[in-house]
Amino acid sequence: MFVAFILFLVVVGTLVFHFWSPYWLTPVASNWGSMDQTLILTFWVTGAVFMAVGLFMVYCVWRYRYQKDRKAEYKPEDKKLEFRLTLLTAIGVVALLAPGLIVWKDFVTVPKNAVEVEVVGYQWGWNYRLPGEDGILGKTDIKNISDNNPYGLDLNDSNSKDDIMVQDADLHLQIDKPVKLLLRSIDALHNFYVPEFRAKMDMVPGMITFYWLTPTKTGEYEILCAELCGTGHYAMLGTVLVEEERDYSNWLAQQITFENALAQNRTILQLAENKK
Amino acid sequence: MPDEFGYKIEAKVDMAASGTSVPPIDYVPVAERPEQELYHSKSWWTTYVFSQDAKYIGIQYTCVATAIALVGLTLSLLMRIQLAFPNLSLLDASVYYQFITMHGMIMVVFFLTALFLGGFGNLLIPLMCGARDMVFPYVNMLSFWVFVLAVLVLVASFFVPGGPTGAGWTLYPPQAITAGTPGNLWGIVLMLVSLVLFVVGFTMGGLNYVITVLQARTRGMTLMRLPLSIWGIFVATILALLAFPALLVGGIMLLLDAVFGTSFFMPASVSMGELLQTEGGSPILFQHLFWFFGHPEVYIVALPAFGIVSDLISVHARKNIFGYRMMVWALVIIGALSFIVWAHHMYVAGMNPWFGYFFATTTLIIAVPTAIKVYNWVLTLWRGNIHLTVPMLFTLGFIITFLNGGLTGLFLGNVVIDVPLSDTYFVVAHFHMVMGIAPVLVVFGAVYHWFPLVTGRMLDQGLGKLHFWITFVGAYMIYTPMYYQGFLGVPRRYFEMYESSYISTVGLNVFITLSALVVGLAQIIFFYNVIRSVLKGEKAEKNPWKANSLEWQTPKMPPEHGNWGEKLPVVYRWPYDFSVPGVDKEHIPQNVSPSEVAGAKVEKT
Amino acid sequence: MKKKEETFFQLISQKPWEASQAKLDNKHDGKTLKLSREKIGVRTIMVVSTVIFSFFVVAYADRMLIHDWKNMPEPWLLWINTCILMITSYFFHKTKIASDRSENVKVKNGLFTVGFLSFTFIFGQMLVWYQLLNLGYFAASNVANAFFYMLTTIHGLHLLGGLIFWGLTTSKFLKGNYRISKMQRSIELCAIYWHFLLIVWFVLFGLMLFT
Repeated sequence: MFVAFILFLVVVGTLVFHFWSPYWLTPVASNWGSMDQTLILTFWVTGAVFMAVGLFMVYCVWRYRYQKDRKAEYKPEDKKLEFRLTLLTAIGVVALLAPGLIVWKDFVTVPKNAVEVEVVGYQWGWNYRLPGEDGILGKTDIKNISDNNPYGLDLNDSNSKDDIMVQDADLHLQIDKPVKLLLRSIDALHNFYVPEFRAKMDMVPGMITFYWLTPTKTGEYEILCAELCGTGHYAMLGTVLVEEERDYSNWLAQQITFENALAQNRTILQLAENKK
Repeated sequence: MPDEFGYKIEAKVDMAASGTSVPPIDYVPVAERPEQELYHSKSWWTTYVFSQDAKYIGIQYTCVATAIALVGLTLSLLMRIQLAFPNLSLLDASVYYQFITMHGMIMVVFFLTALFLGGFGNLLIPLMCGARDMVFPYVNMLSFWVFVLAVLVLVASFFVPGGPTGAGWTLYPPQAITAGTPGNLWGIVLMLVSLVLFVVGFTMGGLNYVITVLQARTRGMTLMRLPLSIWGIFVATILALLAFPALLVGGIMLLLDAVFGTSFFMPASVSMGELLQTEGGSPILFQHLFWFFGHPEVYIVALPAFGIVSDLISVHARKNIFGYRMMVWALVIIGALSFIVWAHHMYVAGMNPWFGYFFATTTLIIAVPTAIKVYNWVLTLWRGNIHLTVPMLFTLGFIITFLNGGLTGLFLGNVVIDVPLSDTYFVVAHFHMVMGIAPVLVVFGAVYHWFPLVTGRMLDQGLGKLHFWITFVGAYMIYTPMYYQGFLGVPRRYFEMYESSYISTVGLNVFITLSALVVGLAQIIFFYNVIRSVLKGEKAEKNPWKANSLEWQTPKMPPEHGNWGEKLPVVYRWPYDFSVPGVDKEHIPQNVSPSEVAGAKVEKT
Repeated sequence: MKKKEETFFQLISQKPWEASQAKLDNKHDGKTLKLSREKIGVRTIMVVSTVIFSFFVVAYADRMLIHDWKNMPEPWLLWINTCILMITSYFFHKTKIASDRSENVKVKNGLFTVGFLSFTFIFGQMLVWYQLLNLGYFAASNVANAFFYMLTTIHGLHLLGGLIFWGLTTSKFLKGNYRISKMQRSIELCAIYWHFLLIVWFVLFGLMLFT
């Protein structure tokens, strides 16, 4: 009796905790609400199975607890029952998988009008690069990295000159404009993750990974690194601001291009050398 | 030719009981193979240290694995204290990451794998198959000592300059060997050497387990008459033999990258502002190798647990396991599928996104046989006669925990739901439930169940119940809230717990840590119980749980060297003849011949 | 008594609780395969080794595609080593035949020849290393070199492992206290293992030759 009761409390308690506790998904701030929908579908389907099997087990424990004069049933198998359960499970699994794969197709198909934004992860922080006026990001190679050229841009690539560098600052995105985030790392694995955007992807040195999203809510969101990348992993935070078009343009106008940055750096270096 | 079984061959035909239905099946043909040569130890060293008796090696494995698990447990408690009470400044970030790494590796490989296959495998395989020992006892002994060496190398990494590696148990390059990670010089090298040793040692043991199950069973013991424990261990061993090579290959190549500066996995990259000499290596390749081992590894731990739980549930519910054949099929199917689902650990690792379709599909397919196993466990309880003994309690705890952990696997396996949830506390909760707590509950259940067989004494049932309730309910309270942290997006492997601006989880965090401390300390009850019972526990009667499988049918309990005395047992039935209709006795051990249980009526299905 | 061969699927669809099945099962002698346990042991080891080498080959094939790959020369000495290994296998085959016929002198000579040739092969491989290192092909300088050194080492370690068993067998043979059937089996298993290592070497050498 006692055992069945406690087990009952554990099973039902799980459900109670769900309703009683305030913890749940953060409000979504991107187009990936569809991920939430598949998640919630899975939550309720699996939750129902958990309750059903759990409570059935509790019932068995209570109903068939040891009695001296009872003999257990002898039943090696029941093909019909087993077949039905298998079929039911298979149907359930398909019902969960199909919507998931449909949303996954959206996730891996980047819309043509998406603006490219590069995110560069390093130990332990974030840099960003926008394509500038020509709309094309210049080529990069980790081997080009130097104090003057922290992104490793290819100096011979004319596309790189007007690229806009956003170093050690917040990333600004324009609301309702799809962006394709090109993810790059210069040292270790990282992962660009904003909980409110839902999406995430690892950054792998030597590769350019990507995902896309459309911010749908203005505001300030925290960027987290979601792949253990060394001692400073937990402190590898950043901020992304989703803004209306006017605020965004104002911000954009203040940013400097690679060419300017290079020139500025040269003058600073020159000044430093003259002082010597 | 001498009859190795020493059986008087009598063709006793018993037709009286049921009139017609019992055919003359009491006939035992003459043996065709010579008696197994049994090794006899000659000195103290070969009896107690370098023992070649599988039972003894099993106990040795269990003790070493448990000892190292206590290290792993302590590390986890220290980490939990740090997370909930950062003001105490118990650990700094690099120590925290070192603890995370060591906790993971110790628990998965050096504790659970070694315990289930090395410990229970050695103890149960010869006894349940009706063999006198493993087929290659000397190799078996070597296997254990190589394992001990691996553990020592692992422990040594705590004492080298820089400490153990802090790369996470996945040991992903490039950061595993670059300067931003603690223990990137000595720690990672010792970790990899230890893993290579473990694989070598395990392969020797695995050879024994597989061949003993295949070739050294006693007369009448067909594969389909084996208890599910053996099936679980057998399939898991095959998985291990095929999966560990991937770890070995990845480990060797990473070791060369770390020691000789090769570029197998090392891309061109920057470390501490310096451009490294390496070029072109593919970190993703390592991840593929790692998870090709890593995913079957989950089942290497889970399948023996599945098997053992099936036997416990059947014995303590006094009912045959429901759907024995389906259980065997499920083990085999899960084992086979486990090799084509590995990349579900890499949905957001930057591999070709189109792989997501394939691996999501295979991963969700594996849910079907797994679900069948759960149904069959519960259906075994249905119309049983359930003794709520301590092993049964642990079994019930296992079912709930495994159900919970398994169902949350459907979130993570479904590629698009994995995107928001991967690398959050949801993952931590899921795998701890499904391959941490669930198998550990089985381990406890199994220890309470087989303790009389090993020591001849019972564990105290009262203390056992106390231990169970604290462990099960406590562990459940640790991990259920973590799912909700995961929904919030709280990332795992953060030295300082991330605080979502949406809602604070500080309270939850403290609650989890307190639960963890209670569960951790409750294990003292268990160890006290074990030590007390070994010394002065209640003497166990023979076959105290009235089980059918062969390990309880030895002439002496605990079984002596050679297990079976003069003659090997002969098997006449499967191990689940509980409550057979028409028979007075509630259970019929496997070595009871049909003529001794006249009147058995077995319904055809 | 003859055992009926049953397929794996037949096996796992048995219903062990049924009386008709029990009748068959009671006659079962507890062995699944008609092979000696030693032979299954060697085969299992060969399967595991094959899996190991397959992973190396997969890693090789994957890594090869990246642009920094620089091919390595194949020194002529490698061809000689390959020949030595082939001759070793041939002699092991001969020794096995001799042992089946209990021609003790031939077996003794055969075992010695095989051991000598195997060590020569390992020595030859080390010479190749020496040559390549002198030419400046270091493991760290290009991953193709690293693969070469790694694969030859792993193959060599497998051979050394085999040589341990060869040593045990030979010393037992020389001491003379053995059962003939057991000795024949040991020699047969060693021979199988040596042939296996030859095939592995063909695959590895071919892989490095053609890329």
